[in-house]
Amino acid sequence: MTDTLSDWNLLTLVGADRPGIVSRVTRVLYECGCNLGEASMIRLGGNFTIMLMVSDARPETEILDALAPVAEELGLRIHLDPLSGGLHQHLMPNVQVRVTGADRAGIVADVTEILAEQGFNILELESDVAGERERPVYIMNIQGYSDRTIEALADALVPMAARGVSVDVSPVDVLIG
Amino acid sequence: MAILDILKLPDQRLKQVSEPVDSFDQSLRDFIADLEETRLAGPGAVGIAAPQVAHFRRIVILDLSSRPKTPNHGHLVLINPEITHWEGFAMGREGCLSVPDYTGNVIRATQIRLKAQDADGVEHQYEMEGFEARAVQHELDHLDGLLFVDRVVSRRTDLYRRKVYK
Repeated sequence: MTDTLSDWNLLTLVGADRPGIVSRVTRVLYECGCNLGEASMIRLGGNFTIMLMVSDARPETEILDALAPVAEELGLRIHLDPLSGGLHQHLMPNVQVRVTGADRAGIVADVTEILAEQGFNILELESDVAGERERPVYIMNIQGYSDRTIEALADALVPMAARGVSVDVSPVDVLIG
Repeated sequence: MAILDILKLPDQRLKQVSEPVDSFDQSLRDFIADLEETRLAGPGAVGIAAPQVAHFRRIVILDLSSRPKTPNHGHLVLINPEITHWEGFAMGREGCLSVPDYTGNVIRATQIRLKAQDADGVEHQYEMEGFEARAVQHELDHLDGLLFVDRVVSRRTDLYRRKVYK
């Protein structure tokens, strides 16, 4: 499939979570003549966050003006930025890296630095802090693309064990059927 | 032999439930040959189901023979396949010839028992695990009018909710 739409923008909305945000915002976008592409909505720390690919039938300023009343009413902060690239620009992840350890500053930097040295391309990253308040545990899941073997990546990450962080490297097998 | 057209979303025929095969004749063998050629013409599909080419019979081809490290039964033609036992569950990423340009996370049973007839009508039993079990479940869904997009789950929350599959 080819991307027949052009002039994509990235719309970012952040604010306190409440029901109805997506419907209100997308209604305004629809009435502005916008098409929606890929989107990622997730609640972070109980807050609402969404990033939406929006292709504009109107100038950016008009879209921002149209969204302003809804944003004001719902307490949302808005960004609308031009986006290079279009739909279906996906590189498929072939490796998953799961990281767990006592929460301390620097885990992400340490793990991703090692991965970067291996030429590992991070495509998805999500993390959370679990455990008890006095003994928090940091959990991170990374999916990405690498030419190296699982064993080579696991070897490179061995030093993390000495820092009290458990790292599991496994293949992501995409099934096409 | 011929490369057949693959139905693609949102073609409503993909939701159709396929009928059992009752005659194991030359026309069945001819169709299987076409279905296999269609699978091989595509982008590396490990399986294909008859309804994907608008032939609404319970026929599936599965071939993991090119994956020596993955436990598998090689090239299989599965007629009237039926899963008789499910165990475990795991999330994995799936794509589909009928859903171009999209992959998503799906929870599948990790171990299954399967009974199916071959192209001559002889019944076989299989024990399958991991990737092969996932592939069979994906293809059998097609026979019941289900696509993997009907089963996509959130990586963040859904893995821990479901115990019983199906």
